[in-house]
Amino acid sequence: MIRIANGQGYWGDSIDAPVQQVRRGPIDYLTLDYLAEVTMSILQKQRARDPNGGYAQDFVPLMASIVPDLMARNIRVVANAGGLNPQACRRAVLAVAEERGFHPKIAIITGDDISGRLDEMQAQGIEFRNMDTGAPLSTIRSQVRNANVYFGAFPIAQALDQGAQIVITGRCADAALALGPMIHEFGWPADDWNRLAAGIVGGHAIECGAQVTGGNCQADWESIPDFAGIGYPILEVEPDGALVVTKHTGTGGRVSAASVKEQLLYEIGDPRAYITPDVITDFTSIQMEEADPDRVRLRGIEGRPASGFYKVSISYSAGFKAVGQVIYAWPDAYRKAQAGGRILRERLDRLGLRFDAVRTEYLGATACHAMPAAAPSADLAAHLPEVVLRAGVRGPDRAAVERFTKEIAPLVLNGPPSVSGLGSGRPKVEEIVGYWPTLIPKSAATPEVMV
Amino acid sequence: MRKIPLLAIAHARSGDKGNVCNIGLVARRPEYYPILVAQVTADRVKEHFAGVCHGKVERFELPNLGALNFLLHDSLDGGGTVSLQADPQGKTYGSALLRMEVEANLP
Repeated sequence: MIRIANGQGYWGDSIDAPVQQVRRGPIDYLTLDYLAEVTMSILQKQRARDPNGGYAQDFVPLMASIVPDLMARNIRVVANAGGLNPQACRRAVLAVAEERGFHPKIAIITGDDISGRLDEMQAQGIEFRNMDTGAPLSTIRSQVRNANVYFGAFPIAQALDQGAQIVITGRCADAALALGPMIHEFGWPADDWNRLAAGIVGGHAIECGAQVTGGNCQADWESIPDFAGIGYPILEVEPDGALVVTKHTGTGGRVSAASVKEQLLYEIGDPRAYITPDVITDFTSIQMEEADPDRVRLRGIEGRPASGFYKVSISYSAGFKAVGQVIYAWPDAYRKAQAGGRILRERLDRLGLRFDAVRTEYLGATACHAMPAAAPSADLAAHLPEVVLRAGVRGPDRAAVERFTKEIAPLVLNGPPSVSGLGSGRPKVEEIVGYWPTLIPKSAATPEVMV
Repeated sequence: MRKIPLLAIAHARSGDKGNVCNIGLVARRPEYYPILVAQVTADRVKEHFAGVCHGKVERFELPNLGALNFLLHDSLDGGGTVSLQADPQGKTYGSALLRMEVEANLP
């Protein structure tokens, strides 16, 4: 049996969690998931500013702090911290480790960044049609910033086979971070679909950190103990693919059938065909059992042969947006906020500004649950102590969006009463990075493992 | 039969994939699952999210987990990085679904 821990669900997650995972109990592998689409766009901006940037910088001080533990207890790390620049990430980690007198073997996996090869690949007949809309790449070709392939778990396993202590990847399927160590440890072949599928289910269960150990769990949330000291997930894996989701003894949170079910369903599509580069997994085959407290067993998982394609995410510049807000107090808070929204829209009209979208929302009244069925009754609306008017625009014209940002603050003096600007000043104009999901034949991109 | 909110018999989690929001709806007990299957149809969910979900709603069954998975197409104002919504990833749509009323005879 091996223990695979997750210490990071996204970049911005608790920086303490991976340290606790290493120090509060036994683990064999520490996996860290830093990359979301939003993160890739931030890394892209960083690399444009600095050729040595473009990776998850939090990873470097973390490795500096835990490298003695890793070496002493032979814990191996698998992280997609490389982002758009695994080489620079590797150099930075090696530098801080050597400063502390350690010389870990570090592998990088590259080849996922195909940004420079799009034209060549198009010439070979790859269309890069949008998976969701079917549109051809030509509609956004001139705005493309980056293109990254989601690789699978086998390159990670290969790096571990070659003795890497730390594996730094660029883009790969999130669940591959956990499946890679299983393939390495148990020698699962590339056509052992049921075991690979089990590995994907296990990886999916832990990839969002504490979201499987009681965090963001709707079932009986008030009874979940010690959120402040919440334990991050640990996956126990048997050579036959049987799994237990658990956490270190004495940590907060709760691993229950409810918490694991919520996470298994998180961000999936058709449950009979959860597609990753290595296998197509059938989530309707999962048999779950609450074993002991904080231990949930998963087995019976079935998979089918992988498809012949890799998913690619292409980021592109998609215009500009800005969002601002003001807050209105009782009495008539909701009606005042709605009036503020109408005034703002009328101002934008009179200025002749054109946008792709203008949105007004009323935080505290109807923002999160915006459907009519959830609207507050007249009686409740009359009692609301305050409502925030949140207004945003987006469009291709930066100047128009910039002009919009100067129309929020005047509402405080020029409109309905008992209003405050929240002291946040004018909103900032942001460049929008859009995402274009597409598929390429597996033969078109090859992962490269360097130890 | 009385009308009760889904909140009484189910829990949920939601997230995003592009401009599509997925909601996993889980029965709190095995005996509640048939109520979800019979009454929380794709059509009813589409109607429940009027003004929010502008595309189709797909429903998938996971009897092994006593759960349903819904895909709400065109429901996030363009999706994660583009959306102007306060909740651009639809993280609160799960609890929004739990407002829906179903008919059930609970002890």
